[in-house]
Amino acid sequence: MSPRKRQLPEIPPELVGTVHITPIDAIYNWARKRSLWPIFFGLACCAFEMIGTFAARFDPSRFGMEIMRASPRQADLMIINGTVTKKMLPQVVRLYNQMPEPKYVLVMGACAISGGPFQEGYNVVSGIDKYLPVDVYVPGCPPRPEGLIHGILTIHAKMERESLRNLRWYKKGEVPEPIPVPELGPDLVDWRLTEKIEAMQEEVVPSQVE
Amino acid sequence: MYIGWNILKSLWITFRRFVESYIDDLRWLFKKGFGKRYTPETLPVRQHPLTKRGIFTVQYPAERLPLPERFRGFPFLVYDDETGKLLCTACGTCARVCPPQCIWIVRATDPQTGKPLREPAEFYVDISICMNCGFCAEFCPFDAIKMGHEIEVMAFDRADLLLDLEKLRRPASYDAQIHPTDYAQKQARKGE
Amino acid sequence: MNESIGSTTDIVTHLQERFPDAVQPAPAPYQGILVAQDRLVEVATYLRDELDFAYLSSVTVVDYPQPLNGMPACYDVVYHFFQGRGGPLTLHVQADRENPVVPSLVPLFPSALFQEREAWDLMGVRFDGHPDLRRILLWEGFDGHPLRKDWKEVYYEEEHKPFGSRFPDGRPVPAESRSPFGDNLRYPPGWSPRDWRPLVDVWGYAPHDELARQEDPNHPADRVVLNMGPHHPSTHGVLRLLVTLEGERIVKLEPMMGFLHRCHEKIGERNVWLGNIPYTDRLDYVCAMSNELPYVLAVEKLLGVEPPPRAQYIRVIMAEFTRFLNHAVSIGFTGNDLGIYFTAMLYALEEREHILDLFEMVSGSRLMCNYMRFGGVAHDMSEEAIALARALAFERLPRYLDQLESYFTDNELFKARAVGVGVLPPEMAVAYGCTGPLLRASGVPYDVRRAEPYFAYDDFNFDIVVGQNGDVYDRYLVRVGEMRQSLRILQQALNRLPDGPIMAGRKSATLKVPAGESYGRIEAPKGELGFYIVSDGGPNPYRYHIRAPSFVNLGVMGEICWGHLIADVVIILASIDITLGEVDR
Ligand code: SF4
Repeated sequence: MSPRKRQLPEIPPELVGTVHITPIDAIYNWARKRSLWPIFFGLACCAFEMIGTFAARFDPSRFGMEIMRASPRQADLMIINGTVTKKMLPQVVRLYNQMPEPKYVLVMGACAISGGPFQEGYNVVSGIDKYLPVDVYVPGCPPRPEGLIHGILTIHAKMERESLRNLRWYKKGEVPEPIPVPELGPDLVDWRLTEKIEAMQEEVVPSQVE
Repeated sequence: MYIGWNILKSLWITFRRFVESYIDDLRWLFKKGFGKRYTPETLPVRQHPLTKRGIFTVQYPAERLPLPERFRGFPFLVYDDETGKLLCTACGTCARVCPPQCIWIVRATDPQTGKPLREPAEFYVDISICMNCGFCAEFCPFDAIKMGHEIEVMAFDRADLLLDLEKLRRPASYDAQIHPTDYAQKQARKGE
Repeated sequence: MNESIGSTTDIVTHLQERFPDAVQPAPAPYQGILVAQDRLVEVATYLRDELDFAYLSSVTVVDYPQPLNGMPACYDVVYHFFQGRGGPLTLHVQADRENPVVPSLVPLFPSALFQEREAWDLMGVRFDGHPDLRRILLWEGFDGHPLRKDWKEVYYEEEHKPFGSRFPDGRPVPAESRSPFGDNLRYPPGWSPRDWRPLVDVWGYAPHDELARQEDPNHPADRVVLNMGPHHPSTHGVLRLLVTLEGERIVKLEPMMGFLHRCHEKIGERNVWLGNIPYTDRLDYVCAMSNELPYVLAVEKLLGVEPPPRAQYIRVIMAEFTRFLNHAVSIGFTGNDLGIYFTAMLYALEEREHILDLFEMVSGSRLMCNYMRFGGVAHDMSEEAIALARALAFERLPRYLDQLESYFTDNELFKARAVGVGVLPPEMAVAYGCTGPLLRASGVPYDVRRAEPYFAYDDFNFDIVVGQNGDVYDRYLVRVGEMRQSLRILQQALNRLPDGPIMAGRKSATLKVPAGESYGRIEAPKGELGFYIVSDGGPNPYRYHIRAPSFVNLGVMGEICWGHLIADVVIILASIDITLGEVDR
């Protein structure tokens, strides 16, 4: 194998060419980037591969992120690693709401992206992006540890492109709304759909009466 | 034995492992000079179960673990280097055998006669569903679909994970490069 | 094998003589006996007390909306009983389609505790006399019983895979387009979230609150209800434990699951036979290789094929590497939960990386191997792979094991936390259907590799490691002993690996399996992993049920935690060794 140049990860399209980085930004971003703490959070098989990634061989402490925090209050990065089920979703959303800004979401594995192989299942959420804002998707079932680290490096690259001037968590008056926590009813009750459900039911009910 | 003796023994083991990981680096430093230890050339020695001493870490992204030939990444479609024609005959075996059903194929038809042709008009693999099982490559009768070795796949948008024919095409030389033994066997079989 | 089948037939005739009006042989492609519903408890008592069928291994339900294979339209409740040796005795009980009720076997066999709840949850069969018949994998208030054949998912596309929309004219249609909400959601007609409040006790607090209110006058300590998980660093995934404490002592502990219920069985009934193999990998993701084995074993029984010797040896090699891997990681987790933080775990994960390198070399994937096929294995082991396996089995792993023992086995801190904690008496272990190291640590020498040998296990010399006290420490010792035995088996297998083909017959993607039922089980690292399959002769399984060892072993968790301190819960849980993918399926 020949020695390869260190590849730089891609830069998200929405950030290309939009931001001018000042020296203060550079220091700020460097500090944030080198202490990105993920939340210790395991959902399914991908979680086990994530534990493997966080062990000796791939050692993310090289990127300043060996500390995994079990408490969402101390974490910046949420790695959604595995199948999100309807029963688990309220907890996932709650954990996300509890994380302080700035926060990033990395989606690892087919299941978390779209439901993956279990997409058609009755208890599986078909894609966490329906509920949380996602920064990076890493497909694979499970992705190799290199893939996960590459995803993390991409988040680093994204951070490098952010500027203090237009970060949403420093804007006045712009308190991000917490995501409404779904509840378990006859199916998962997504409160954002209330209106739509009611409209649908009105359509459905008369036709059933006939 | 005294109470606590075994605790000390355990701590000694962890301490020894900690020190050992540096001793090997130092030894290397005296022998070969600075900066030579963590190179891709020494990777097989550092990762071998028996010769391994010292730090186990792969300095990814500067160096990479070699992938075994059989590694299953995401599927790709092989085309002939010279003619540029896909080997796929649109027989649909892969779409049928795919366990999560993430392959979609549109068979091409002859525009004049309307008869189905032996090539795909469109081909989609949704890698946001794909479970890397490798059945498509295993059961393809024409060796036209293979599991690639790309591991650093990522996207900012879920729609980018639906690969179409353009994104799936790879030359046969690439296939030969990542699957050398498999390819050699296939050539040998062809020669017979 | 023949001998055990013969003896099962004897038992069937014997039971028929004993209960002439209650027992009859099951209709043709099925095995075992058909028991009249009202006499079930009587027959089961007789089986347990007189005939030594002490293990109720699996309870499941098959839904027959139409008569099939000689079964009338009914809900067929299937029980698998085992003796200390030999194959299963299968009991079929037919429940009415309109109002499916069967008597519960929980008073006789507590191992049915969770399994009957699961059957009620997913199939809607009521078990009369069950002490706590609530939903277990889904939640109270879920609409319908999803494993019934007439229950369709939101993203339902077709009854069976392969779906016709994929070829020859397949343009990708996202599954979301099948739902009006663009999501995997459906609500019953007339239901509206505006006036809806979660009425039922969705999160299961009610019994605990009840218990907390009745304080014990002899103990002045307050009673507190404590919720652990599903997001908790020591529950090994998304398990939830609901605990009522008196001071720091546990009065009642209840594992709650379903946070990783991925609808495995429903999807499995839609897949083609072959397509289920990669899905089984996702069950117990720590030991993917050995999950595939019972499934291929069950299908091979129906097909009547026998893998060639080399394939059998390779299967044994993979299964034993997996066992080693699982136990190493499990001990590492125990250390993690004890507060040794990550050290023991890191050492275990290093060995895991080497074993995964081997798996990746032979099968192509680190975790999700997809390596077994019906009648053999997918690829041969190359020279390089054999060399790596030898290096591991003869040198590397024994060294690791010696080191592990020298820092763990006599460590006073570990002993202080582990000895005498979570004692599981052997009678209770058998009654609760525990298997694997959990059972053997209690002193019961039961191992499927010996009780019903499969593959080439008859060829090898190995001992069954048993403990004496059944506490956390003994479970650790049993695991270490089993790792040594695994190495022994590996060394014998690698030394004697025969040459020859690795597949019996040809690989076929569209395989039809003869009608009938079959139960394949192996000694997975966590216990007895069984697959119960019913075929209607078609290209898809008619019923596909997994008897997961972690799920059944968890049933005893509440019993053995009783009276312990809350701090001991995590280590008891770690010593039971569960994987949530398998518990919830
Ligand atoms: S993507 Fe694959 S490995 Fe990851 S959680 Fe889903 S099934 Fe498991």
